[in-house]
Amino acid sequence: MRKMLAAVSRVLSGASQKPASRVLVASRNFANDATFEIKKCDLHRLEEGPPVTTVLTREDGLKYYRMMQTVRRMELKADQLYKQKIIRGFCHLCDGQEACCVGLEAGINPTDHLITAYRAHGFTFTRGLSVREILAELTGRKGGCAKGKGGSMHMYAKNFYGGNGIVGAQVPLGAGIALACKYNGKDEVCLTLYGDGAANQGQIFEAYNMAALWKLPCIFICENNRYGMGTSVERAAASTDYYKRGDFIPGLRVDGMDILCVREATRFAAAYCRSGKGPILMELQTYRYHGHSMSDPGVSYRTREEIQEVRSKSDPIMLLKDRMVNSNLASVEELKEIDVEVRKEIEDAAQFATADPEPPLEELGYHIYSSDPPFEVRGANQWIKFKSVS
Amino acid sequence: MAAVSGLVRRPLRQVSGLLKRRFHRTAPAALQVTVRDAINQGMDEELERDEKVFLLGEEVAQYDGAYKVSRGLWKKYGDKRIIDTPISEMGFAGIAVGAAMAGLRPICEFMTFNFSMQAIDQVINSAAKTYYMSGVAAQHSQCFAAWYGHCPGLKVVSPWNSEDAKGLIKSAIRDNNPVVVLENELMYGVPFEFPPEAQSKDFLVPIGKAKIERQGTHITVVSHSRPVGHCLEAAAVLSKEGVECEVINMRTIRPMDMETIEASVMKTNHLVTVEGGWPQFGVGAEICARIMEGPAFNFLDAPAVRVTGADVPMPYAKILEDNSIPQVKDIIFAIKKTLNI
Repeated sequence: MRKMLAAVSRVLSGASQKPASRVLVASRNFANDATFEIKKCDLHRLEEGPPVTTVLTREDGLKYYRMMQTVRRMELKADQLYKQKIIRGFCHLCDGQEACCVGLEAGINPTDHLITAYRAHGFTFTRGLSVREILAELTGRKGGCAKGKGGSMHMYAKNFYGGNGIVGAQVPLGAGIALACKYNGKDEVCLTLYGDGAANQGQIFEAYNMAALWKLPCIFICENNRYGMGTSVERAAASTDYYKRGDFIPGLRVDGMDILCVREATRFAAAYCRSGKGPILMELQTYRYHGHSMSDPGVSYRTREEIQEVRSKSDPIMLLKDRMVNSNLASVEELKEIDVEVRKEIEDAAQFATADPEPPLEELGYHIYSSDPPFEVRGANQWIKFKSVS
Repeated sequence: MAAVSGLVRRPLRQVSGLLKRRFHRTAPAALQVTVRDAINQGMDEELERDEKVFLLGEEVAQYDGAYKVSRGLWKKYGDKRIIDTPISEMGFAGIAVGAAMAGLRPICEFMTFNFSMQAIDQVINSAAKTYYMSGVAAQHSQCFAAWYGHCPGLKVVSPWNSEDAKGLIKSAIRDNNPVVVLENELMYGVPFEFPPEAQSKDFLVPIGKAKIERQGTHITVVSHSRPVGHCLEAAAVLSKEGVECEVINMRTIRPMDMETIEASVMKTNHLVTVEGGWPQFGVGAEICARIMEGPAFNFLDAPAVRVTGADVPMPYAKILEDNSIPQVKDIIFAIKKTLNI
């Protein structure tokens, strides 16, 4: 491939100032990879942490960029559709936190497992579902990944267990999935995510205890975006060192706005778990641009200046883009092209999500039980009956 | 404190109760198995049959189970399959649900169902909305049939005798859905005749099907769990007075077998429901409502009557406790009132 590109570039050199087209762009002599320094993680009960430098290949860089941009634009589209009342109910957006979902995925295998709470659209995408299926689920149509019956907080994919509405309840579930990983003996790990707000739930400490006791391959991950709904971390937690709160469980505090930092920390944590040492805890320091949900403007408990500052200094997509352009891993034009493609993909998905029909009323009672013969379900009164099939 | 002394006291009363109790006999050479042993057998067989099955809960392993229901299983299957948990109901119920979501078949035991209330969020919100299996627990001072029976997405079974206990837990383990198994710890030590079919490793009691324990023509008496025995005692007494009761053992709370109940009511024209739980919003209330909605209503010669626990939190003193749950005399009284005799 490199030889071919070099050959093409020799033929077409001299045309590099024209507006980018795919062939011309491919003709530029990009670096194949580059080495970057990343922030050292704060460590708890660990002698060593993840490396402080990492190699990013051009291929991976483009992939991460595209994925983060897709999540970003998907969330913004969801915002738009919500304001148009095409999406209803609960809708928690994760724009600003793209380095977390994309970085975590980059550090694990598709055969590993992941569970999170309600701010889940980004993970639903990185775990393998399409924007189409996600948006159509948000709009409540039959083309949605849960056939329109789940909505924002209940999307699932292979080895992705949602999407959970009860704050903190997903953490013992994640420890249980890790138990199954250990039980099955296939060297898989489970990433179990929760927020800074959920971090104060008692059941999380119950899960820490059992995970450590039984050496479960569970990576507990606190996605600390500084606010649990409208309550800042200082107002909610006696200790905001979330990476230390596993006590006897070793922990790392990670820059959650830097996708490479997240990736390296995840690789480190996954290797730790796979070696049979038991659980480990990662705190990702990140930030959400939107309010808690679509019904929260997000400025009554924090300042617009703060939001603007994060956007201008720490935006994860901007950070990756700057790194790639400055190291000649990609050109500005090339990345712009990706932006255009992503926008189109989101637009198409949104059109589908708006036009697709709702699930049929007859299916109201479907899928209450698994693997059962059909039975009848009572409606609002004794004369209204629905059929239930598994 | 009341709960603890209840635990200590019950076995003693159970023994004296046993001495007074008549066993349900037929042929003298028939095999007698206690409810406890039947559940143990059921779990053992399923653990052997499917390596994805495992048991977790407080004291289930090295202690052999708080009520000895899991006796011998840890010795046989070891740490991987029989897991002692810390006192963390919400935590380990969630772990059980998560393990089931990832493809295993956990049996999650709550030492008493009162303890399960800490975990009720995991059972209702996590379990009922995802497909998985859960289950075993003992009733303590409160009947949870109405609580869990209220919830779509769960199946709820309530064994009375040993055959029920073994067959239902095996069906529950094999079911791909969350199943709440309401065991009554007062029944653990009670032996019952174990028919030959029940001794087989493939013996299952189907979920969703009631059993007619005693045929009758004058009145239908519907019950579940321990009160089924009381209904049969009441029926024996009334038989001497020429009243023949048809006693139905529900076996499953949800999905309820209304067909069997309706067919019986259409035959006998009278209905009494009997349960250990509180009256308001209970199993009997649900049966009565459904009878009114169905064909059997037109066959009733008298209003249906419910016999239930008293509408009080479980009291401590023996005499109060005895009068808080339906006794044989209460059932007889209700039957006679319904029949106007």
